[in-house]
Amino acid sequence: MDPYNYLYLAALLFTIGAVGVVVRRNAIVVFMCIELMLNAGNLTLVTFSRINGNLNGQVVAFFTMVVAACEVVVGLAIIVAIYRSRRSASIDDASLLKR
Amino acid sequence: MGTFTSPILNYAMLAPILVVLAGAVVGVLIEAFAPRKSRASSQLALSVFTLVIALAALVRTRGTYSSKAAMNSVTFDGAGYLLQMAILIIAIIAILLLADSDKFAAAPTAAPGSDEEREAQAANIRITEVYPLTLFAIAGMLLFTVASDLITLFVALEVLSLPLYLMAGLARRRRLASQEAALKYFLLGAFASAFFLFGVAYLYGYSNSITFSGIAAAITGGTANDVFLLVGISFVSVGLLFKVSAVPFHSWSPDVYQGSPTAVTAFMAAATKVAAFGAMLRIFYVAFAGDVWQWRPMLTAIALITMVFGSLVAISQRDVKRMLAYSSIAHAGFLLSGVIALNKSGLDATIFYLFAYGVATVGAFAIVSLINDSSGEVTDLNRWAGLGKRSPWIAIAFSFLLLAFAGIPLTSGFVGKFSIFSAAYESGNTAILITGVLSSAIAAFFYIRVVVLMFFKDPVEDGTSVVIPSIYTRITILVSLAITLILGVFPAPVLDYISQTAFFLR
Repeated sequence: MDPYNYLYLAALLFTIGAVGVVVRRNAIVVFMCIELMLNAGNLTLVTFSRINGNLNGQVVAFFTMVVAACEVVVGLAIIVAIYRSRRSASIDDASLLKR
Repeated sequence: MGTFTSPILNYAMLAPILVVLAGAVVGVLIEAFAPRKSRASSQLALSVFTLVIALAALVRTRGTYSSKAAMNSVTFDGAGYLLQMAILIIAIIAILLLADSDKFAAAPTAAPGSDEEREAQAANIRITEVYPLTLFAIAGMLLFTVASDLITLFVALEVLSLPLYLMAGLARRRRLASQEAALKYFLLGAFASAFFLFGVAYLYGYSNSITFSGIAAAITGGTANDVFLLVGISFVSVGLLFKVSAVPFHSWSPDVYQGSPTAVTAFMAAATKVAAFGAMLRIFYVAFAGDVWQWRPMLTAIALITMVFGSLVAISQRDVKRMLAYSSIAHAGFLLSGVIALNKSGLDATIFYLFAYGVATVGAFAIVSLINDSSGEVTDLNRWAGLGKRSPWIAIAFSFLLLAFAGIPLTSGFVGKFSIFSAAYESGNTAILITGVLSSAIAAFFYIRVVVLMFFKDPVEDGTSVVIPSIYTRITILVSLAITLILGVFPAPVLDYISQTAFFLR
């Protein structure tokens, strides 16, 4: 199978994620969309690793997974803290800082 | 399969980063084991000590830099040395601001107004986790400026960002706004780093290499698929432009600057800018230099919009922290013109400007943290009226720093602006030069308006007062004023030193 198809798939996933971040209003869902974008990046890396015939891309993908895990820790901590104080995880409610 | 060769790490060069990381880990251990009473003082002492040792370790590498370490994933050269030094100096003066720990929430995880929070406040609990978080962020920044492959760059970006997201949410007063700042900073930051990662993947696909030199070689070779390169450059640029808050990726910065505790804003505004522009200089000067005709028009447009937008929108701001945020957006535009220049004088000027701007920023936010009423900091500009009559020294110091931002002669800002615009002129970019000078003039208007407000308006009696600065805050303000003045009056030694030292090892 042509590995380029995986590039198209990854680009599609990335776009779905990016559109989700812009459109969705729940912080958790927005966050999941960002994770989807990161995973699209990973799929691209692994595909290029296959196309280019070396392992660098796979190594980057491993680092990305660790970084994504750290991001989950920090992100959920912030979202839970804000949920506790507002009883809502909607990012539209968080608008104190507008002029 | 080849045999495993153990990596050569070159510890002497990595020492500043490793020292800061070790300090951060010890700080975490202090949080876990030291009695609560002694934590604040021991954390502050540890952090300052760590940063001074790291600075000493950095100075020790003087003369021996220009080598690659950790299997070519980190490059030590003159520019990296200067940028790391700027970050460490800014970090030392900014971390002293954290010592006023009544600015931080007693129990950041408790809901605002809950019993848990009241108990923590009654017990006079002071949060000290902010010190190790700051040290982790500093280590990430130090690594970000010297990273010369895409993995290290990405990991350093996250190491510097993740602690900052948390620190933004730690304010003691106006907790909801502070948490909101943390949420916005986090979601938009993670969004930008997803773009960055996608760009990294395409750069790897283009060049079959993850090192900057490999990408540069692939661009010179010119046989690979150019679409991959363009996607890679634009997506990586989005990630970096977000960090420096260039328009149109700036929307987080006014909210985050306003919502974060002022001490955190000071550190973040100054040090992140140095680190992000450092990485940007390196990646554009080393990896993408061969493709300059493709990216220069795009970056020029962004720089022009950033300068004009930042200066214009700052005029209408009524909040001093938001005003400084828009001013930092305008400054990001000026700094971008140094990146676009892509010549030696552009590099020198950008490094000088970053240092001068960073130091002045820390000082300005330190002064903002002093203007208080009974419920916390007063950032509404109308209530700053007549400050010059009430506490002339503070008002004079703040005016001086504002004049430095505006680029008035005898301040570091003038020298920085002059050298960065002459670098832009040298590279033949007159559009940048003209727009830059015009938007500096617009920017001068709102800085001087604040000066007029402080000195020529009558004070309003509404409980706004200037707190007596603690010894640490006083040191921060004085050092920042001194550096701003010295760089403005006698810039020659520093400029000469930068121009002798700054270079990128390719």
